[in-house]
Amino acid sequence: MRIICPVKRVPDTAAEKKVTDDLTVDRDSVEAILNANDEWSIEEAMRIKESRSDVEVIALCMGPESAQQTVRKALSYGLDGAIQITDPAVAGSDATATARVLAAALKDEDFDLIIMGNQSSDARSMLVPAMLAEYLDVPALTYAKRLAVGEDGSVEADRETSGGHETVQTTLPAVVSVVEAINEPRYPSFKGIMAAKKKPLETKDLAAIGLSADDAGHAGSATKVLEATPKPPKQAGDKVEDDGSGQVGAKALVDFLVAKKFI
Amino acid sequence: MTDILVLVEHDEGTPKKVSNQILTAAKTVGDGDVIAAIFGAGAAGAADKVGEFGASKALVWEASEATDYATEPKVAALQAAIEASGATVVLYAADPFVTDVVARTAIRVGGGVVADAIDLELAGDRMVATKAIFGGDMNSKCQVEGDRVQFIGVKANSFQAESSGGGAAEVVTLDVTLPESATRAKITDVVQAESSGRPEMTEAAIIVSGGRGLGDADGFDLVGQLADALGGAVGASRAATDAGWIAHNHQIGQTGKTVSPQLYLANGISGAIQHRAGMQTSQTIAVINKDAEAPIFSIADIGIVGDLYKVIPPLVEEINKRKG
Ligand SMILES: Cc1cc2nc3c(=O)[nH]c(=O)nc-3n(C[C@H](O)[C@H](O)[C@H](O)COP(=O)(O)OP(=O)(O)OC[C@H]3O[C@@H](n4cnc5c(N)ncnc54)[C@H](O)[C@@H]3O)c2cc1C
Ligand SMILES: Nc1ncnc2c1ncn2[C@@H]1O[C@H](COP(=O)(O)O)[C@@H](O)[C@H]1O
Repeated sequence: MRIICPVKRVPDTAAEKKVTDDLTVDRDSVEAILNANDEWSIEEAMRIKESRSDVEVIALCMGPESAQQTVRKALSYGLDGAIQITDPAVAGSDATATARVLAAALKDEDFDLIIMGNQSSDARSMLVPAMLAEYLDVPALTYAKRLAVGEDGSVEADRETSGGHETVQTTLPAVVSVVEAINEPRYPSFKGIMAAKKKPLETKDLAAIGLSADDAGHAGSATKVLEATPKPPKQAGDKVEDDGSGQVGAKALVDFLVAKKFI
Repeated sequence: MTDILVLVEHDEGTPKKVSNQILTAAKTVGDGDVIAAIFGAGAAGAADKVGEFGASKALVWEASEATDYATEPKVAALQAAIEASGATVVLYAADPFVTDVVARTAIRVGGGVVADAIDLELAGDRMVATKAIFGGDMNSKCQVEGDRVQFIGVKANSFQAESSGGGAAEVVTLDVTLPESATRAKITDVVQAESSGRPEMTEAAIIVSGGRGLGDADGFDLVGQLADALGGAVGASRAATDAGWIAHNHQIGQTGKTVSPQLYLANGISGAIQHRAGMQTSQTIAVINKDAEAPIFSIADIGIVGDLYKVIPPLVEEINKRKG
């Protein structure tokens, strides 16, 4: 079985972010990391790999040349190899263009299962998994908090809902996106980090996956950002020190809630 | 004139609050007809209630496939609704499962998607969406380009639902042909963990949340009492969900839900950037935290420096007393 884990290079959320002149995230100004949600998909793929003998796990990343760091990080968890799509024309891709590129990268690849994070911490669109599934014409079991893949090619997932979950069954090939509750990701081992440096990493440009510059980046995107403006920092309101009994704090809050018509 | 199709979510025939808000928004910002698309068991019942919020027509598809199989039957239905209505703008509730339906439909019909709009304006035939980016530090305006169907996801509580004074919507049964692939992912079980009677967190007007400061799972009983007194939902920080005090679907933040209620009341939450990313756009923020230096105070409209176990009980008592 061959599992693909799409992984994204994202700016660290903990860092201050800027936008560039073309209104996309300025990826050079902040430290970039592996999208946190993609650690759960990698963990889930590794657990499947470790539970049987025939599994190969491959990372797939669309991003700038520097995304190689992110791909190596992904490999350090024990994956078998990676495909990186790098081309000047992919910069500024929206969800549609990203999914188109990822799908094109898989056109000539064998895959049975694609496991991905449910969202990226920068775009936060949650669109790419379902769009990728649509381009590949396979079912998508998204927001999985439990995943079971049978030797017979059956797939069952519990999809997290607002009040619980729904269980969905399908057969491979399929896309699965996972939420945080699915597992506790491991840390890469020292051995894994060393081995990652020697794992096969194939870098391809758009032409190599049968796309032209118009299929990706701003030209290939269906959406456009017109403007991006910082919000003025919020003015903190009153701070009331309770006297230790709770009464002072409770009274201040009640007065506030009444004034704001919440009570 | 730009006709707007609104994908209406409902609970067995009762439209969700967020859908009434979106219908109102479509009626207010739009210059053409508002058409509702309603799928699944009870859709016809919901269709009777969308006229009140401005829909002149409701396209209804009640087939059981809508709820027996994941996502793809609704994709076929939404495609049929777009074709039947001729609408070029589709508004939908920015909720994960709905987002899946829209994402696939957009690829199928050659559309573009802007997710998570908090404001809308119509510029000519373009729906321009305002969305919060970088966890609410910035706002951006986005639109779908070119000759594509424009799908815009609208966040709950961005608009107020208001009766349009219009009459009932004309109800039309939608003719949907399902491709064989539509039934390849079967829903075998639906588990509703809680029947707390509380509103759904993502569309609640008031959210009372708890973090590590609660100390243990029982702390959520207290948070729940406050939520019930205010008629709100219960949320949590990752520290609380990680500890297993409450299920992950209550988590608010970067790797949980993004909410923007009218009131967010945080108890025992420090306000880490990853938490703020999920609640910063709330209209009013109130805080109870015993550490006066906690970063969450910097975004609070009112902050109580105190022990939540001391402050919440008299608070609940006073609120209940005032409610009579
Ligand atoms: C990749 C990544 C993703 C993340 N995603 C999320 C996310 O989605 N959501 C999220 O919330 N976090 C997320 N986090 C975690 C985040 O960084 C913080 O660790 C977390 O939000 C802390 O939760 P907390 O505020 O409840 O706990 P703490 O930071 O420990 O704060 C507890 C607070 O409670 C106060 N307190 C203690 N006792 C009392 C009392 N008796 N009365 C009143 N106050 C009291 C303390 O003063 C303190 O301020 C993420 C982190 C990473 C790295
Ligand atoms: N540029 C990219 N390269 C590889 N995978 C991506 C990329 N962008 C998004 N993804 C995948 O799509 C998931 C959801 O991202 P998003 O739809 O942007 O919220 C991520 O967790 C990744 O698995």
